[in-house]
Amino acid sequence: MNKLKSMKKSTRKNLFTYLLVIIAYLLIQLLQGQGLLTRSLQGQLVPVCCYIVMALSLNLVVGISGELSLGHAGFMSVGAFSGVVAAMALRSSIASPALRLMIAIIVGAALAAVAGFIVGVPVLRLQGDYLAIVTLAFGQIIVNILQCVYMGVDAAGLHFRFDNADLGMTDGTTIISGPKGTVTVEKISSFTAGFFLILITLFIVLNLVNSRSGRAIMAIRDNRIAAESVGINVTKYRLMAFVTASALAGAAGALYGLNYSSIDPSKFDYNTSILVLVFVVLGGLGNMWGSIIAATFLTVLPEAMRGFEDYRMLVYAIVLILVMLATNNDQLKGLLSRMIPKRKEAVKHG
Amino acid sequence: MKKKNFMSLLLAAATCFSLLAGCSNGGASGNAGANANVIKIGGIGPLTGSAAQYGIATRQGAEIAVSEINELGGSIQFELNSQDDEADGEKGVNAYNTLIDWGMQILYGCTTSGSCAAVAAESFSDRVFQLTPSASSTTVTEGKDNVFQLCFTDPNQGKTAADFISEHKLATKIAVIYNNGDDYSTGIYQGFAAEAEKVGLELVSVTTFPDDTTTDFSAQLTDAQNSGAELVFLPIYYTPASNILLQAKQKGLSFSYFGCDGLDGILTLEGFDTSLAEGVYVLTPFDTTSDAAVSFIEKYKEAAGEAPNQFAADAYDCMYALYEACQKANITSDMSYSDVCDALISVFTSSDFAVDGLTGSGMQWGANGEVSKDPLVVQIVNGAYVNQ
Repeated sequence: MNKLKSMKKSTRKNLFTYLLVIIAYLLIQLLQGQGLLTRSLQGQLVPVCCYIVMALSLNLVVGISGELSLGHAGFMSVGAFSGVVAAMALRSSIASPALRLMIAIIVGAALAAVAGFIVGVPVLRLQGDYLAIVTLAFGQIIVNILQCVYMGVDAAGLHFRFDNADLGMTDGTTIISGPKGTVTVEKISSFTAGFFLILITLFIVLNLVNSRSGRAIMAIRDNRIAAESVGINVTKYRLMAFVTASALAGAAGALYGLNYSSIDPSKFDYNTSILVLVFVVLGGLGNMWGSIIAATFLTVLPEAMRGFEDYRMLVYAIVLILVMLATNNDQLKGLLSRMIPKRKEAVKHG
Repeated sequence: MKKKNFMSLLLAAATCFSLLAGCSNGGASGNAGANANVIKIGGIGPLTGSAAQYGIATRQGAEIAVSEINELGGSIQFELNSQDDEADGEKGVNAYNTLIDWGMQILYGCTTSGSCAAVAAESFSDRVFQLTPSASSTTVTEGKDNVFQLCFTDPNQGKTAADFISEHKLATKIAVIYNNGDDYSTGIYQGFAAEAEKVGLELVSVTTFPDDTTTDFSAQLTDAQNSGAELVFLPIYYTPASNILLQAKQKGLSFSYFGCDGLDGILTLEGFDTSLAEGVYVLTPFDTTSDAAVSFIEKYKEAAGEAPNQFAADAYDCMYALYEACQKANITSDMSYSDVCDALISVFTSSDFAVDGLTGSGMQWGANGEVSKDPLVVQIVNGAYVNQ
């Protein structure tokens, strides 16, 4: 216990975040083993993992680096489609689904990183809110491009056509079919894979934040001129945060894409980007465990409220407002601080 | 100021709970007597979001059929639980899982193809019988013996349209404007283009738009005009089509038009001048002139306050198809969904099973899940459909 107290505050907080994820995983595994989890909840486990990774990675851009990205789902779509293609193309050569999933996630992350790099290099050199505009456009463009992509695989290898459904395959499988998106995908994603992806994401994000580079990124966020004056390469560090976040979003996309037999590209339009941004803002900018809780809560909530029927989305909006009011309410904070003495200091200082 | 914040919080909480109290268990319609043989049917469609109009129409149509069936008082009664999928695959699978928890025995849905493809993969591995009113993409049924469609497939519609145009010599130079971000529209176009080549129709202009919220079609119409097209083929939904008709009129262009079942509903579109649609050909399965259709339209207007489109008619027919199949297969409320599935598959694919409905008579199904029924082409004359 003493050891825990003598730790740095950030280390303690990080440890708490890891613990939160591991305990949640074990709890759900236990419940699932006992057969206490409904089908509805079981079906949401993998998407929740994907959204957590999305929220964590976006938090790196919005919370830590201080940039506004409105096209995070675009990177997710790059990861999803490339991951699905990789997994389906390797179906005959690699038997193990777990290994194929891993390769798909790596491929998805790599291609999303490339996309992030291409978007980031010109934009992150500029000052101002250009990243928001460019990522918004990127999110739209990538959806329109994916709606024209046709891909299939047969004995001769991968076939690719743009805006033309005739792939010229003999006895092959179509993987991507224009506006239908991915079709007849073999589902290989699992909750355990999602859990490990969250842990890896946390490891990457938290280590980056607490490293020399992370401090440089935050210095640029807080005062760009001051950071430049001490010799920090602004573009390099902003790009580092942005590309890392894109790669992680791509990994989440690959996991997501391989969890459904079919997804259409329009799933990854700006609505999904904004949804992930809502997770980040509601969980707290720069607050990693807050992002995890917000992503889980806001993904499960609309499903839990199916009993409301037609009023479901109305109630969802009200609950969102409620949460925002509650987390910013001084009286509630005061109430909480009376119950937990430690928080009193925090409220006083903060 | 602080007090105010706290009050707003309380107020929002109160609103939330009053809503919770206000609407409990509203979805299950047509509750029958306790002793009756009640089959649980799960429905999936977009009830919120941009495609909500289609999902709400199918739900309304299905509910009318269910209440009629339950009023017949036969040995089989239906209980329908409609869940929202926002026309999204992820939400569709969530809705499906919720319905499995509820104890669904037969799945009716989804309304949209994208969501249906994701859900059909789940129902196939679980062995749940699925009949979709309007998901017309071929991926929905491909390789799945448990999924059946009540609507024509998209390529099939395109093929039928091309055949009709060439047989009736409506035109030889054709322009196509389609939505290349929508698999329904793209699917019909691909079927149409393949058949057009065979029957000697010339596609002189093929232009696209990215989504149904597009409002400016001047580039597409100019291209069609410059290429000397006589007829514009519109395999799209009625909202963008209404804009195309209006802008063509404003430009003084006089094409003839041919649309598919997505155009059905254009006459009842709010604020649309029906004279613009004069002479438009529509390939729709919904024959509004039959006696059964007239009675359905009346009931639908009473319940929903507007005229039904073909989505509602498809859903209505779905329920009667399921009813007849359940009677034939002697489905009971204590059967598991996989038993129901096997029994219904053998009924649906048997050669003596045919259903007469609003969207076609003598509808039969093949083992691939696709329906076979006669296509119907109507022309809009004086603001009403006239069978061709």
